[in-house]
Amino acid sequence: MSFVPVILWTDGLIFALLGGVLALVWFIRRHPHLSAPWAAVARRPMATGAALVLAVFVVIGLLDSLHYRARLSDSPPGRPQYSVEVLSVFDKLVGKLRTHQEKTYSAPLAMQLYAKEFVERDGASVRDYPRLKYGGAHLKRADERMPDIVRRALVGVAQGLAVGVLLFGLLAAWQTRRRRIALRPWLASWARGGLSWPGRTLVLVVALLLMLGAVTVRLAAGYHVFGTDKVGQDVLYITLKSIRTGLVIGTLTTLVTLPLAIVLGVAAGYFRGWVDDVIQYVYTVLNSIPGVLLIAASVLIVQVAIEANPERFDTAAARADIRLLALCLIMGVTSWTGLARLLRGESLKLRTLDYVEAARAFGVSHARIISRHIFPNVFHLVLISIVLDFSGLVLAEAVLSYVGVGVDPSMYSWGNMINGARLELAREPVVWWQLTAAFTFMFTLVLAANLFADGVRDAFDPRREGRP
Amino acid sequence: MTRIGTILFRAGLLAIGLALLTACSDNWNNPYPRSEARANVAYSAFSERPKHLDPARSYSSNEAEFIGQIYEPPLQYHFLKRPYTLIPLTADAVPKPRYLDASGRPLPDDAPSSAIAESVYEIHIRPGIRYQPHPAFARDAAGRYLYHSLDSAAMAGKTQLADFKHTGTRELVAADYVYEIKRLANPRLSSPILGLMSEHIVGLKALGDTLEKAVKAHPDAALNLNDFPFAGAEAVDRYTYRIRIKGKYPQFIYWLAMPFFAPVPWEADVFYAQPGMADRNLTLDWQPVGTGPFYLSENNPNRRMVLKRNPYFHGEIYPVDGDAADRRAGLLADAGKPLPFIDEAVFSLEKETIPYWSKFLQGYYDSAGISSDSFDQAIQFSAGGTPRLTKSMRDKDIHLVTTVAASIWYVGFNMLDPVVGGLSEDRRKLRQAISIAFDYDEFISIFLNGRGIPAQGPIPPGLFGYVDGVAGLNPYVYEAHDGKIVRHPIEMAKKLLAEAGYPNGRDARTGAPLVLYFDTMASGPDAKSRLDWMKKQLDKLNIQLVVRGTDYNRFQDKMRRGNAQLFEWGWNADYPDPENFFFLLYGPNKKVANGGENAANYDNPEFNRLFERMKDMDNGPERQRVIDAMLEIVRRDAPWIFAYYPKSFGLTQGWVHNVKPNLMANNTLKYRRIDPALRATRRAEWNRPVRWPIALLAGGLLVAVAPAVIAWRRRERKAA
Amino acid sequence: MLSYILRRLLYAVPILIGVNLLTFALFFVVNTPDDMARLQLGAKHVTPEAIDRWKVEHGYDKPLLLNERAPGSARFTDTIFFRHSAAMFAFRFGKGDDGRDIGNEIRTRMGPSLAIALPVLLIGVLVNVTFALLMVFFRATYLDLWGVVVCVVLMSISGLFYIIAGQYFIAKLWNLLPISGFAGGIDGFRFILLPVLVSVVAGIGSGARWYRTIFLEEIGKDYVRTARAKGLSEVRVLFRHVLKNGMIPILTGVVVLLPLLFMGSLITESFFGIPGLGSYTIDAIQAQDFAVVRAMVFLGSFLYIVGLILTDISYSWVDPRVRLR
Repeated sequence: MSFVPVILWTDGLIFALLGGVLALVWFIRRHPHLSAPWAAVARRPMATGAALVLAVFVVIGLLDSLHYRARLSDSPPGRPQYSVEVLSVFDKLVGKLRTHQEKTYSAPLAMQLYAKEFVERDGASVRDYPRLKYGGAHLKRADERMPDIVRRALVGVAQGLAVGVLLFGLLAAWQTRRRRIALRPWLASWARGGLSWPGRTLVLVVALLLMLGAVTVRLAAGYHVFGTDKVGQDVLYITLKSIRTGLVIGTLTTLVTLPLAIVLGVAAGYFRGWVDDVIQYVYTVLNSIPGVLLIAASVLIVQVAIEANPERFDTAAARADIRLLALCLIMGVTSWTGLARLLRGESLKLRTLDYVEAARAFGVSHARIISRHIFPNVFHLVLISIVLDFSGLVLAEAVLSYVGVGVDPSMYSWGNMINGARLELAREPVVWWQLTAAFTFMFTLVLAANLFADGVRDAFDPRREGRP
Repeated sequence: MTRIGTILFRAGLLAIGLALLTACSDNWNNPYPRSEARANVAYSAFSERPKHLDPARSYSSNEAEFIGQIYEPPLQYHFLKRPYTLIPLTADAVPKPRYLDASGRPLPDDAPSSAIAESVYEIHIRPGIRYQPHPAFARDAAGRYLYHSLDSAAMAGKTQLADFKHTGTRELVAADYVYEIKRLANPRLSSPILGLMSEHIVGLKALGDTLEKAVKAHPDAALNLNDFPFAGAEAVDRYTYRIRIKGKYPQFIYWLAMPFFAPVPWEADVFYAQPGMADRNLTLDWQPVGTGPFYLSENNPNRRMVLKRNPYFHGEIYPVDGDAADRRAGLLADAGKPLPFIDEAVFSLEKETIPYWSKFLQGYYDSAGISSDSFDQAIQFSAGGTPRLTKSMRDKDIHLVTTVAASIWYVGFNMLDPVVGGLSEDRRKLRQAISIAFDYDEFISIFLNGRGIPAQGPIPPGLFGYVDGVAGLNPYVYEAHDGKIVRHPIEMAKKLLAEAGYPNGRDARTGAPLVLYFDTMASGPDAKSRLDWMKKQLDKLNIQLVVRGTDYNRFQDKMRRGNAQLFEWGWNADYPDPENFFFLLYGPNKKVANGGENAANYDNPEFNRLFERMKDMDNGPERQRVIDAMLEIVRRDAPWIFAYYPKSFGLTQGWVHNVKPNLMANNTLKYRRIDPALRATRRAEWNRPVRWPIALLAGGLLVAVAPAVIAWRRRERKAA
Repeated sequence: MLSYILRRLLYAVPILIGVNLLTFALFFVVNTPDDMARLQLGAKHVTPEAIDRWKVEHGYDKPLLLNERAPGSARFTDTIFFRHSAAMFAFRFGKGDDGRDIGNEIRTRMGPSLAIALPVLLIGVLVNVTFALLMVFFRATYLDLWGVVVCVVLMSISGLFYIIAGQYFIAKLWNLLPISGFAGGIDGFRFILLPVLVSVVAGIGSGARWYRTIFLEEIGKDYVRTARAKGLSEVRVLFRHVLKNGMIPILTGVVVLLPLLFMGSLITESFFGIPGLGSYTIDAIQAQDFAVVRAMVFLGSFLYIVGLILTDISYSWVDPRVRLR
């Protein structure tokens, strides 16, 4: 085998989570009363568009979660030796983006470094902008750059569009066949927005994403699309790698939050009495300690643990990963209280309902009452809070990294990028691309998540039915 | 309309009122009160609040920036002369030690150091020097101290020193110096140099033990140091005192120029020891009492610290002896004039570099260091490679001062480590190979923008023992090329690596890749790039580097236990003597087991022997020979990758005069002169507010609100 | 009422003890007193004796939680935990590990924190309510739709960007306000303008959206329909009824925040160089100054509990049906 798979802690959890979600989807599809609100979500153009964008992020994140260590090229046949560098399938796919490193800063789509240096020219040492090793290396003269970029962009748009049209054609063919209608009326109803699903938005978003993707691929083949950072790494690559960090924090934290919040919240509301007192005590204590402090402390604890067991965290990736996991854990521990309080209130109300009281009178066990009557009735609250919290967690990561208690400094994350960009803004001429890239991607992800969350909330919250 | 209209209307009025309020000062972004605009005040910043201002405790440069101006040790460094030269400050001459043998008989100056049992320094201070005004000295007509026995009633309503109505002063006497040396042993102060000085000053350790016992016996009682006898220092008469040093310790003279040996009046200790003082942050650690040209008039480390001219200052004149370069730089324009020139110095807290730099460019700070990221804006290199200010800076009449710091950054190999440590030939070659691979020339250009010199050995330039140019290169890492120092090609490192048993980065026996671990305390915005850079360096040799970012405590812990492999560290000189750098590699100073400063745990018997000889020698050709031999040993053994000597670049505004970087002296504020009128004009010129964004914002709001108002009108009409 | 408050304050004691224990445990899992001493004593020439002396001086020479060798109740009282915690319940915080008096520090830093936090809260509520009312007024029109979209967009921008952009444009490019710093009195006005502006803008997205939801809920209620049926104009209905009743959840939401205003904002304060309690906490965490961290956590949790009590009281004021027992 030319590689050995590496399953980092977060990888394992992410795929476990993925499995769970898929199982849930399967379950929901089989129960019409559960799938109805989801169908309502799917009917909202804003939510569907956002979901598509989210899906792109998720795919990148998942590809980036399949890790392996490559075999060293010259290892002896009997005893294969593997690199200590942990790579992911995503790294393999983007290939050159990762390895094409310049010396230091270069602007987006540039062919020269951003700062002057001494370069040997005609035997004399001149201070000038040196050419990049990879960015625009295929160009001979500076004035070829603009036409080349425009050409690549146009080709990209055309390719994206072509694939888009192709997909649309397939979709139309499939739909018309399935519904046994002619193409023309179907097209007309698609253009009017008369379909039962937001066809126009869907097609538009897919086409846009395809075009963007194609243009980026075209340009990235010859240039650094978002420029390079201080040590010459491609900023596009860094930004894309940061997606996984953002997603992990947004999702795994929830994974920690949910069991705590559901079990404790429902238990407090259902059992009342001393159980309620104890749980309330715990969450008041947790709530009243500033979160930053808890997070700082736990990050330090993890560092101590790593130092104590250096052999278990022998690669930089494993060290960074365990710190990321710890961050998720502690953020989960600090953030379950809000949802728990909500669930407690709801359970307090539910337990007084007639059929619950009746069930209790018949001697039905607590576990059964909770799982049959209470939990299904608070499930929508859980779901809404998951999607609402996601964006907040992604944003929180940036702030924590600024304070210095976020993810490992060697990890790719938007927080680290923004943190580094603070100094770059003081440069003259200003280095703006790293901040811009981080901003753009983070903004897109969070905006998509927020729009999707809005859709989910509107569809699930019974009180909001029939309102815009 | 009614309510929302009124609210909006009022909000608008409020905003206009506020805008007018800001507009009444000519520069909207001026962070200082307008009244100060033309005052003879120097403005600068501090990034971290000082921890200690007590001369017995303070040991970091950001604290020295303050107490150096307030306290006066007997000696100081000459402001202009290089190499650094000690001159008297409060003493009337630089003291020469007298040597005694074991039976107390005087020895000649050239006696061998093994024969010297004790060195005696006798220091005469000048009469007539007085302390700053301070309530601790205040006395009534009968000569009784006004504020030495305060009760809680008398302390009521007093929150700062200014609340004490009366102040007084006193003449500086030799006993104050002795008192301070005793304070070094006070267990309640935990002076950082007590351990070091106990080895050198006679009886200091015994005094420390006695005091410790006294403190344990009466934990709550005040400690009167005058009650305890001390053999190591005594006041001979009112203006003379004597310090006794064990054996020969020529470097001691440099300590006499540090605040550790500045005078402290006993009245201050008595004053601050009174109940209620510490609760109000009134302690000697926060409110210094000195004889220097300035005194601390405002101490609010959360916002700003203000030094004011000491009205009782004994007077000193600007040095008249400088060389031709100083004269050309205008550093002798004020020769012979009385110091200090400025009335006040305001230090503002500025934690972030960006605001600091921006305010400097706006004229609100008089000087600034250059962070790597604002570098391109400030500096360009001429064809010859010498740094020059950019045109925009020169247009602003900003000046550049550069100097190589008396410090070194290095990457240490833990010599106890089984992989990289040890003195055998193959380990040595491994370290040499790694030394070549770490391309610090590139590091300097990326991260420091050229503000550093690749280090050739442990001794930085400006110190005795440093050899400039090709003659001083480290032959194991560099080679000479047409009179230029060039790093060995990477092929050579690969060859060395193969010879060390790791051809192409693989263990020759098992084929396993060589994995090394690098510990660093790097944090902050730059950390990620730095860590990436480190990895990139060893990729060249196909060695896999795992970088471990660690916090301060963990790092220290690893150093003590010796379970790091490679680590990054630096050293700032205490005094300008090569001993202060070589001792970092002296075997008995090993960090593991001995707790010394030798973090690499390097222990080469030959080197140790030479060190013991070198440290007591006087500067001269013979000492140079020993140093050269020592350099050869450490370069070959390569326990450190000698990374770089940092260069500090400072910028000063056109209205600031008499700035010459002096890495040893910390009392240079008194030489500084500023031109407030020029500053006021420049500030006004540089900070004209740009008003169009406000108009744009107002217009934008209007555009946004207009359709809403129109729609609302329409709806109202429909309803009506 | 008074007995209610007293009882609630008594309930606070076990919570505060819990908070204290947790802080203590978290801190000392990773730091030994030796580590703390080394951090304070600096890097050069540190000897084991100096570390021991520092520990004695700062009271870290005892066992952490249980003193096995001490007799009787001193087993619990002669420990680092007890000696450092007991005095806090009397609000005597003692000295930070850097030797400065914490109580003094808190008193002087409260002002700057409030100078930023209070205007941010008041102006923020004013702006958000205005924005939300406008959206509600134009509900189900394109103005409302775009208003919500703008809110979501504003929400999706990290707070750090607002600060960075504010400093870069307003202070650096246009010279309109000082980039950072602080001063007391009327002079401080210039300094707080930028942080307040930035914080308010950063809060519009989520704030206005939330208030809009509250107002919409109110507008759907029967009494509003009745009022409208009576022939009241839409504006009247909005201000007389919707705003008035909608303010109840808004105000109670604000009340819980009031005491915590003293604690300041961690990020804003450190970016703008405001010498408040927020930057004090951050500095203490970074310098691992346990005495300060513990004091700030204690103060924070105390104020949080006070906030909860105030919320209950304010509920009983605005809604006479709620009785405090």
